[in-house]
Amino acid sequence: MSLPPTGQTVLVTGTASDSHTWNLVYLQLFVEELGYRVVNLGPCVTDDLLAEACRVHRPDLVVISSVNGHGYRDGLSAVTRLRRGPGRSDIPVVIGGKLGVLGERSPEAAARLLAAGCDAVFDDADLDALREFLTRPAAGARTAHRHAGSTV
Amino acid sequence: MSAPQSFGRFVARAAAGGGLVVQPRMGFGTPRLMRAGLERVRAAAGSTAGTLTIDSYTRVGDLAAAGAALAEGAALNGYPIATHPPAVTRELLDGITAADFPVQVRHGSSRPEPIIRALAAAGLDATEGGPVSYCLPYGRTPLRESVDNWARGCELLAELVPAPRTPHLETFGGCMLGQLCPPGLLVALSVLEGLFFAEHGIGELSLSYAQQTDAGQDAEAVRALRRLAAELLPPRVEWHVVLYTYMGVYPGTRAGADRLLEASARLAVRSGARRLIVKTAAEAHRIPTVAENVRALEIAAAAAALTEPPAAGDESADSEVYLEARAFVGAVLDGGGPVGTALRTAFARGWLDVPYCLHPDNAGRSRSVIDPTGRLRWSRTGSMPLAPVRRSGRVPELTADGLLAAVHAVARRYDHVA
Repeated sequence: MSLPPTGQTVLVTGTASDSHTWNLVYLQLFVEELGYRVVNLGPCVTDDLLAEACRVHRPDLVVISSVNGHGYRDGLSAVTRLRRGPGRSDIPVVIGGKLGVLGERSPEAAARLLAAGCDAVFDDADLDALREFLTRPAAGARTAHRHAGSTV
Repeated sequence: MSAPQSFGRFVARAAAGGGLVVQPRMGFGTPRLMRAGLERVRAAAGSTAGTLTIDSYTRVGDLAAAGAALAEGAALNGYPIATHPPAVTRELLDGITAADFPVQVRHGSSRPEPIIRALAAAGLDATEGGPVSYCLPYGRTPLRESVDNWARGCELLAELVPAPRTPHLETFGGCMLGQLCPPGLLVALSVLEGLFFAEHGIGELSLSYAQQTDAGQDAEAVRALRRLAAELLPPRVEWHVVLYTYMGVYPGTRAGADRLLEASARLAVRSGARRLIVKTAAEAHRIPTVAENVRALEIAAAAAALTEPPAAGDESADSEVYLEARAFVGAVLDGGGPVGTALRTAFARGWLDVPYCLHPDNAGRSRSVIDPTGRLRWSRTGSMPLAPVRRSGRVPELTADGLLAAVHAVARRYDHVA
């Protein structure tokens, strides 16, 4: 049921304030089955640690997952650091999960994430959108188009 | 209050009277709410113990954030014990803690020193922790640091809670990621953390085990834990086993949640655990209220009261869980030396390897599945001291869909019982 290897690497990561891990374990299996090699950074990943891991592992895509309600805030900080901080990187970044405390999508917060350099923002449990992002032609390639995931 | 009281003696006395002690996980930011919650727990039907669950800012050591949240009047997800002055905590506990109502501090910190200082200063004696279990599942503190912090934490608790008070420490090692860790490893970690506490001067312990997917396997696990504790802990150490109601994805319906809670209470009594940490029906959705906690305590106490205790001597069987747990403990302790060092070596070499745990100090080569009969099994053993999983008839590797089904298996089963 797995897809053939793509030869590409996806870096899966939690956010700085989020200690949850089952979401990251699940995403690793999900992304591996789509044919990618996965580096899983685990929970409580600071912005600097993420930037450093991107430098070391040179992934083709970064998948940020957050379920503690601080995802909009922590994700914005992480992608801003990645795009503008020391050793700035243009590796595609997507984010998804329970991103706000209210349990509903915030189009304004998602727009801020896209403006800061996220390539897609996925709603909680919208795995079809993530699958589509990962399996479309040239998925994860550095030419990824900016794309507001949500309901797709 | 004449004879010196302790958390362990309170539990022993309840057990002698045939009662299971039931206890919530409950914490509120303000002393007023916290006191009100403890009053209601104390008044609940059943043998209850109280809990101060600490907020997550204090847990990660960010006392500035805890202080700022209090100053802003923001709601915290627990009681910030290291931020409220000791006098405030003493006042909140005044007339609440007593020989028949001990209060324990539960927190989850790999840097416990400020919490231990604060609880001792407030007159409390009992808390929870572990060099492995308060480190690997939730954060990035290096295991080496956590082992050092907890060694000092134990010694500090022993020093700051002098006789006639009795420091009490509970291992969280029987829980780890809450679900999908085969019981042999949970039992071994609980025993090893208990040995670590004893080595660092704690004379009264409780050893935890969290309910998993199969009642028969869980009963084996609690009995194995009791047998190993009796075999390995120094005779001077007093201990009991505490069971946690299921810590994984919880049933979404009230009926399902109640059935799972009742099953845990029956398991506790039948397997010889003496205390139960309950969960509420609200758990799947949000932080429970005081009333929801009290309701859970009373449901658990009622189910326990209707359950027959075990026949004497039934913990001596060489069950599968016992043999596996003994293999882990033996491998870890074989080289001698302090337990903390042995634990670090064991994780570094992958002898202990918690499945699905992403901490950088965990080897991450083990995997587990729920087998067709409902028991938790290894599907990959990595470098652990276990026979490799047999190729013939072996359980298939977990896929993403399989993982999702496995983490929801217990919730689904209890939600859908007719």
